[in-house]
Amino acid sequence: MPSAMLYDRLQFAFTCTFHYLFPQLTMGLALLLLYLRSRALITGDDHYHQVARFWTKVFALSFAFGVVTGIPLEFQFGTNWAKFSNFAGGVIGHVLAMEGMFAFFLESSFLGILLFGDKRFGQRMQWFAALMLFLGSWLSGYFILATNAWMQHPVAYSVAPDGRLFVDSLSGLLTNPWLLWQYTHNMTAAVVTASFVMAAVGAFYLLSGQHAAHARTFLRTGVVAGAIAAVLMGFPTGHGNARQVFEHQPIKGAAFEGLFKTERGAGLLLIGQPNIETMTIDNPLIVPDALSVVVYDELYAEVKGLDAFPREDWPDNLPLLYYSYHVMVGLGTILVSVMGLASLWLWRGRLFTAQWLLWLLMLSAPFPYIATTAGWMTAEIGRQPWLVYGLLRTADGASPLVHSGNALFTLLGFLGLYLVLGLLFLFLMGETIRHGPSGHSVSPEHA
Amino acid sequence: MKTFWYCALTLMLAVYVVLDGFDFGLGIIYRFVARTEADRRAALASIGPVWNGNEVWLIAAGGLLFFAFPKAYAAGFSGFYLALIIVLWLLIVRGLALELRSHLAHVLWRQFWDAAFAGASTLLAIVLGATLGNLILGVPLNQDGYFFMALWADFMMGPDTGILNWFTILMGVTSAAILAFHGANYLAMKTEGQLRGRARDAAWLTGSVAVVLVGLALAAVPFVQPSFRLNYDAHPIGYVFPFIGLTALVAALGLRRREWDAGSFYSTSLMILAILASTAWGSYPNILIATNDPANSLTVTNATAGSYGMQAGLWWFPIGFGLIVAYQVCAHRAFWGKVQL
Ligand code: HDD
Ligand code: HEM
Ligand code: HEM
Repeated sequence: MPSAMLYDRLQFAFTCTFHYLFPQLTMGLALLLLYLRSRALITGDDHYHQVARFWTKVFALSFAFGVVTGIPLEFQFGTNWAKFSNFAGGVIGHVLAMEGMFAFFLESSFLGILLFGDKRFGQRMQWFAALMLFLGSWLSGYFILATNAWMQHPVAYSVAPDGRLFVDSLSGLLTNPWLLWQYTHNMTAAVVTASFVMAAVGAFYLLSGQHAAHARTFLRTGVVAGAIAAVLMGFPTGHGNARQVFEHQPIKGAAFEGLFKTERGAGLLLIGQPNIETMTIDNPLIVPDALSVVVYDELYAEVKGLDAFPREDWPDNLPLLYYSYHVMVGLGTILVSVMGLASLWLWRGRLFTAQWLLWLLMLSAPFPYIATTAGWMTAEIGRQPWLVYGLLRTADGASPLVHSGNALFTLLGFLGLYLVLGLLFLFLMGETIRHGPSGHSVSPEHA
Repeated sequence: MKTFWYCALTLMLAVYVVLDGFDFGLGIIYRFVARTEADRRAALASIGPVWNGNEVWLIAAGGLLFFAFPKAYAAGFSGFYLALIIVLWLLIVRGLALELRSHLAHVLWRQFWDAAFAGASTLLAIVLGATLGNLILGVPLNQDGYFFMALWADFMMGPDTGILNWFTILMGVTSAAILAFHGANYLAMKTEGQLRGRARDAAWLTGSVAVVLVGLALAAVPFVQPSFRLNYDAHPIGYVFPFIGLTALVAALGLRRREWDAGSFYSTSLMILAILASTAWGSYPNILIATNDPANSLTVTNATAGSYGMQAGLWWFPIGFGLIVAYQVCAHRAFWGKVQL
């Protein structure tokens, strides 16, 4: 008999993963849009306007889906994770409330101006709105990640006599050391996503012989930003994340690297399938000693394997965790290569005519989404069996009186509704791209 | 300090209902008053730039409840599980309808989203009222501070009543009438010509219905929740809130007669603020009243989030609130006056 908690977990994982497909594009685009609007303001060139306007439309579409899928998340802490909310609300409630007050209002108020204000306001106001939108969405990411970072690495709390937790230093909570790498890694990933999408649309236009001038700007912006961001994903941010995981959550690290046994001079596993029964890796491809070096800067450093920890503290879905991590890192390598090639060709002035490279860029657009999702699965599945690392087990966090029939009902409802949402998004994205950047501005009634 | 957060929470929620309330109200009357495509576009354009910001008040209020009274957040949200998830679905549909309708010019596409917008808004308006009704009635909290309520049982007021019973349904319908009145006033204020004429008629009709329903609901409250009366009798100063509410309702209708759209709209706004303030006054210090054993009630004292957190909130909340008011004024000012297509 599956318990309600299984459905609670699936529902949170599904709705959260689905939600994050949208903000990663909007947060990344917010930065690129600020750049485009600045160019428009400085050069006064109408070309940059049209480009910015087109991407504002894409931004608005993705934002709308981000908003409607974000609201359920905020409320699901209460509906499905009531005991967790009661236990930890005194800490994370603080950050979530601040996110609402400081970030969401900023974004939503200025998006209206950017979208509807084409005729009403001048250039400077538009630029200012773009700046505010950027601040709002990056701040929103900061607060939500402060929440997650606290669940990964709880700090700045004290325990009340009834066992509930309360924040005891607001600044401590907002400067959680975990945030440094998590925030930089995650926001850079958002820029990667936006750059790949921008470059892919540019490639699509060039290949199909439309909007050539705009397409070149898309490609130039996307490729340069994408190349920089993709490199930053691995070093220093990905590396920083991995080291901090080994320092504070060694079980997670051992699990996602597929290291079953404690070793000196541990190797870095590139490919292989973990076998939980025998605690070995099938078909391994290993770089000797590399893991020890990556994590501890030392050839023969000891890296603790899963055997060093009690089994009840192991994450409960080892293979999925292992694959998620390897998919992220594998795709990371691919993304760097694609953007590396593209920037080389761009630099030598041959990008716009290299058909094969344009095809490659166009088809790569889904990869950052997959890498990001895989990265989050690494972070979240690896956090198991803890809901708040080391303090509250997931099994003790679910709502006590919501039975499995109810939880399954709403899970199925979300699956159905989000399937429709996903199709709608793709369809409308297609329409927007078909319409192209040289069309008219958003109609005032566009809502 | 606990009282401060209780008031802040009431304020955030009340502002939410005033602001998103006109979006819902507009949705209720939308298909009746906006008949042509041009009318519909004008009607939607009146809320297009602001509805999302309005909705953020709900998110911020939810966040504030989580922050200040986590225990009440946990109990309330898990207890009303199904109702809340359905609200979330409706909010998704409403948001999509507003955002997506204009993306495609096809008639069927637009008809579909029109119906979705109207349907979701109507249901949401009813649910808001029913929620208020449940907060007045109280819920069967156990000793650990949790409860679970079915959507409906026999619609009577027994110990095992569901979320929907005759009182909460009455509250729901009342809320729909009030918000429809409020939304019609808003639409009349923002538009011109025939559309404004029909919006005025709709306001008059829904306003009259609202008066009757508000009377019924007000009469029912002391019977279904005696503790409210005790609270008011102990602190009679609180009677100003229902008094303001009723006066504002009558004033709104009076100004409606004189065809002063903005005046009537501000009166319905004031009325909504007063209704929520009245409920909060009657309920204080309870956040969730326990129907089975008063000792299980969740109050501003036993549901709080600890004093450091609440204290720390005192410095950022006013800043945040000031900023919000500034942005919101900015956004509403930017689109001040009649809709321009
Ligand atoms: C474009 C997407 C993308 C790419 C190419 C990479 N990552 Fe990543 N990674 C993410 C997107 C991501 C993410 C979705 O953004 C995560 C989830 C949590 C977070 O903060 O970032 C993440 C988490 C994450 C974690 C887990 C942190 C935790 O458990 O809290 C580690 C150890 C790494 N990453 C390491 C890497 C390394 C060594 C990469 C080398 C190429 C890499 N990532 C590429
Ligand atoms: C967008 C990025 C995120 C994704 C893709 C994601 C994904 C997931 C996944 C896959 C799970 C299920 C874990 C399991 O069942 O083993 C999960 C659980 C959960 N995540 Fe996240 N998560 C994200 C961000 C966050 C953030 C920022 C928070 C906190 C604010 C959060 C809070 C939770 C909670 C409360 C659970 C349920 C409890 C549990 O099963 O551990 N997640 N998430
Ligand atoms: C890595 C994880 C997440 C990030 C970076 C993120 C970021 C964002 C951003 C930038 C937006 C603005 C809309 C958009 O850009 O599409 C947004 C919307 C929203 N998110 Fe998330 N989100 C994450 C996960 C979550 C979680 C776990 C919650 C639950 C507390 C949540 C709650 C919301 C809400 C309520 C909205 C709507 C806000 C509005 O109406 O403006 N998000 N999110």
